[in-house]
Amino acid sequence: MTYTFGLDTFGDRNSDTDGKPLSHAQTIRNVVEEGVFAEQAGVDFFGIGEHHTEYFPMPAGDVVLAAIAARTERIHLGSAVTVLSSDDPVRVFQRYSTLNAISGGRAEVILGRGSSIESFPLFGYDLADYEELFEEKATLFAELLKGGPVTWEGKTRAPLLNQDVVPHTESGPFPAWIGVGGNPQSVIRAARLGFSLALAIIGGPPARFAAHSQLFQRALEKFGRPPLPVLVHSPGHVAATDEQAKAEFWPRWRDIITLIAPERGFAIPTEESFDRETGPHGALYVGSPETIAQKIASTLRALGATRFDLKYGMPGLTHEQLMTNIELYGDQVIPRVRELLS
Amino acid sequence: MQEPNRLAVLGAGHVGPVIARLAIKAGYPVAIATSGDPEDIALITELVIPGAQPRWAADAVADADIVVLAIPLHRFGGIDPALLNGKLVVDAMNYWPASDGVLKTFEDGGSSEIVARRLAGSTVVKALNHIGYHELEDRARPAAAPDRRAAGVAGDAPAAASTIAGLIDRIGYDPVRLESLRAGRVLQPGGPVFGVVLTLPEFERAVRKDARSLA
Repeated sequence: MTYTFGLDTFGDRNSDTDGKPLSHAQTIRNVVEEGVFAEQAGVDFFGIGEHHTEYFPMPAGDVVLAAIAARTERIHLGSAVTVLSSDDPVRVFQRYSTLNAISGGRAEVILGRGSSIESFPLFGYDLADYEELFEEKATLFAELLKGGPVTWEGKTRAPLLNQDVVPHTESGPFPAWIGVGGNPQSVIRAARLGFSLALAIIGGPPARFAAHSQLFQRALEKFGRPPLPVLVHSPGHVAATDEQAKAEFWPRWRDIITLIAPERGFAIPTEESFDRETGPHGALYVGSPETIAQKIASTLRALGATRFDLKYGMPGLTHEQLMTNIELYGDQVIPRVRELLS
Repeated sequence: MQEPNRLAVLGAGHVGPVIARLAIKAGYPVAIATSGDPEDIALITELVIPGAQPRWAADAVADADIVVLAIPLHRFGGIDPALLNGKLVVDAMNYWPASDGVLKTFEDGGSSEIVARRLAGSTVVKALNHIGYHELEDRARPAAAPDRRAAGVAGDAPAAASTIAGLIDRIGYDPVRLESLRAGRVLQPGGPVFGVVLTLPEFERAVRKDARSLA
């Protein structure tokens, strides 16, 4: 079994060592450095999640990925996620097939919503139309990925008649995933349209998603498709010791989740809930390299998943803390997980 | 004890399967339905809700004593109220504009009161809406467990609310009765117990404090 390991960021706004927030521009330049460093540290994938907020100033991740592509040779680069419902599938395809060209075939895309909702009012979409928008646009994106002229008609964008969409990819479709937060009907949709499955597990015991992973493979069979990989995306922070990782991460996690809880429906974090989530049966990967490696290995095993993407960083952490996280993840966590799973 | 009440869970998204699994574990016969063909959710039922029966909504409701509405609120308008006539209906839905968009029908008043007005032939109880689907299963505990948490039950009809309080108890939470659907507004998004999982004393304190601040 081949396992791959990624790092994802939402462009979490950095602070300096005195706790003063850095500018959006400096945070974005730091993300470029982090992506380049991720390759040097031995990470397989670097993903950027679309967000439109003061604390996640990252609406155009593909531009940042292009900058990383120009300075790297091996690491795969993709969205995590692209909010497809409020974007145009043709433009998303064009941006990521351009990234694929620049990087020599290293582009990927994860389509979804995340728990991000800011893009809907920003681009004039109604959240109540979310389902219809996603269904139609994901269907069109699957057509675009095949290459060749596309004929498509729907309610959410202008029709396409035998339309050649450029740039063409050099060697077939690039990897494309649908991000799912636990809705089994979304799992079925990913299988029906032939996307790989990205499970975003941000709370509760990861093992409860084993049924979703089985559901995905069974649904692929039902739709007459070959098996496709499952990836797990979860937040966390790696430092030299468990104590240090928790001490760095906890106040940042508490502050940001408290801020966004009312609109995203998250519970306000308490020290008790943080302990539960960072424990062996929780969804936060916060700790020393050994703690994190054990936890990742057990999640991948339980879910039959072959890729793990750690969403590193949190608004208010420093660039230096993130670089240490990346170094430990690449140098220690990834080889140790491979060893545990071999 | 009587034969356990038969449940029909409407909705196979985030919330429906979680409620269905908890009810099956507590010994209730459970049917699950969406707006479409049960064949479409056969695989989901087999793997994610083992023990439940996928059915057409009309059939599931006809045979049920309790119907749980676990669909997105903006789809509620698509349900024919006649389908639910004479039924005890648990409203597990939420009106949550920041997350799901603005719905004009629900802008004014408690969402379950508006649901109840539309389902005039049914008895509506508000429950199972305020603990996140990520947590609902994980935090359930048997009666008298020291770390058992509380869940609210609000209804205008005492007998119906009692039945649902029994359901809440059997699936793993201490039921807290609120005397009316209106009083159940404390369970809504933005209220003192929404999205937090509290023990019985914590829950009662939070609700009381909120009632006082409204008075």
